[in-house]
Amino acid sequence: MSDQFEYPWQYNFPPFFTLQLHTETRAKQISAWRTLLLNYCKFSKTCTLDVREASHHPLLSNTSINRKLNTEVVLAILSDLQRTQNAAPIDKQRFRWEIYWHTLEEWGNLIYNHIVSRGATNSVLTLFELSQGEDVRDEEFFGLETEVLIKALRVLEKNGKCEVILSEDLQGVKFF
Amino acid sequence: MDRIEYTSPMLLPNESYLVKDQNVRLYDGDQKTSFEGGELILTTHRIMWGRPGAIALGQVCLSLPLNLVVFVEEESSNAFTFSRSRKIVLHLNEASPERNEGPQPSSIYNYIKLSFREGLNSDIVSLLNDCMQKRKWEWSQTQPNVSTKPSLPNIKLRTGIAGIERSIQEKQKQTDESISLAFKDLNKLMTMAKDMVLLSQNISTKIREKQGDITEDETVRFKLYLLSLGIDDPVTRDAYKSDNQYYRSLAKQVVDILITPITEAGGIMALTDVFCRVNRARGLELLSPEDLLNACRLMESLDLPLKLYRFDSGVIILQLVSMSEESIAESTAEMLNEKGSLSSEELARLLGISVLLAKERLLTTERCGKSCRDDSTEGLRFYPNLLLKDD
Repeated sequence: MSDQFEYPWQYNFPPFFTLQLHTETRAKQISAWRTLLLNYCKFSKTCTLDVREASHHPLLSNTSINRKLNTEVVLAILSDLQRTQNAAPIDKQRFRWEIYWHTLEEWGNLIYNHIVSRGATNSVLTLFELSQGEDVRDEEFFGLETEVLIKALRVLEKNGKCEVILSEDLQGVKFF
Repeated sequence: MDRIEYTSPMLLPNESYLVKDQNVRLYDGDQKTSFEGGELILTTHRIMWGRPGAIALGQVCLSLPLNLVVFVEEESSNAFTFSRSRKIVLHLNEASPERNEGPQPSSIYNYIKLSFREGLNSDIVSLLNDCMQKRKWEWSQTQPNVSTKPSLPNIKLRTGIAGIERSIQEKQKQTDESISLAFKDLNKLMTMAKDMVLLSQNISTKIREKQGDITEDETVRFKLYLLSLGIDDPVTRDAYKSDNQYYRSLAKQVVDILITPITEAGGIMALTDVFCRVNRARGLELLSPEDLLNACRLMESLDLPLKLYRFDSGVIILQLVSMSEESIAESTAEMLNEKGSLSSEELARLLGISVLLAKERLLTTERCGKSCRDDSTEGLRFYPNLLLKDD
């Protein structure tokens, strides 16, 4: 992955920033935005997006052609992401969103596979070790935001593959 | 006879000598008078009678101003009196009170007769009538006024604003007069035109009724005459019994009128433009918008080359049947590819059509998925649909 995020050609195409009326065109447009948004989040390792700040977001407004996405379009994209569980609103007003370039389930599986390959089942790991530790430096979930990490682990927990321990002094997880 | 006055035979300014006759006797009504065997001279202003030679010498003579003459007729010659003399009767107006002294202060008759012993100079009646029509004696009264008038304002012009105002007033009066004169003619023309239209309509209905009696050739020729008068045979409601039939013929006529302009305008014309054009072409017998709309609705069922189409926005147009949404989209998409992007204003300018229609074209293109929109603070623009074309 290069240092510079690579924007697709659509990014400099003005109509890309207006929600299209033609059904087929709109589907293409939304899907292009999905890919772009997920790639961007993966590249910058950001998981949260505030719809109210979309106009200042480096991705959602292109100053070079003086176009930006309005809230309506952002919501349309996010809703579509939500449909495939690649995003979820954090608050009830649907202002703040978390974006998962891997769905929570995928994240869980990635983590579990890693633990299994390390032979670290039946042991307790802190959340910090899991996301920032030396052992996971090469893993994709390295640097993952804690909120997202916990949600991914909760999914695993539901499948009986781990237990999340959240107390005041210890935030850890035990894998089975 | 009491209208006749004594005057000098000198001609007045503007008066001119017309004709002279010998051996004329005057009658007061039917009564013979003692004025017989004299010379009669007709001028543009009056009739003069004098004893032979008196007029030539400039002596006093009798005169009748022509402005008193109402009517001139020649008395039919009496079969029982074998006289050679012919008479003309002059019917007269009341004499003006300020006339000169005459030979007879009062008379019971309102006419006098002139008896020509030597036979009637046939010119004299027509000359008299001519004089009475021209009324030259009135000119002589007005003309001096006219000639002095311009000199008066000229003097007054120098007296400043009042003078200027007066000259302006004068000018206004003049234009006023010339305008009313011009419209007098126009009124006449209009009344004439009305008659002409009525006449032509009469004839054309007759032709319609008697289609069988008149050969095709004659009908065509007559219609040509009407056309050359500027009066076509507009389809009017009265000529048809049912509305439906009327609308059908109207639809055909509208198509005839508009097929060329619509083809030239790219296959589409807004109904408002259609309305204007049709009514301008008809000139008379204007259509109501409702009739036009009803007629246009029938076009499709009549297999005519134009049809009514309503855009989603509510704009109603007439378009060529050969034009479909796809062909509009296709041609507009081509323009988009050529230009990169277009606003409706730009497309309107390129195609020479109205902005409204240009927008409809672009929206149609978008609906067909051949363009995509860019709605920004700079306005609505359309781009080739790269979003769909790619991958």
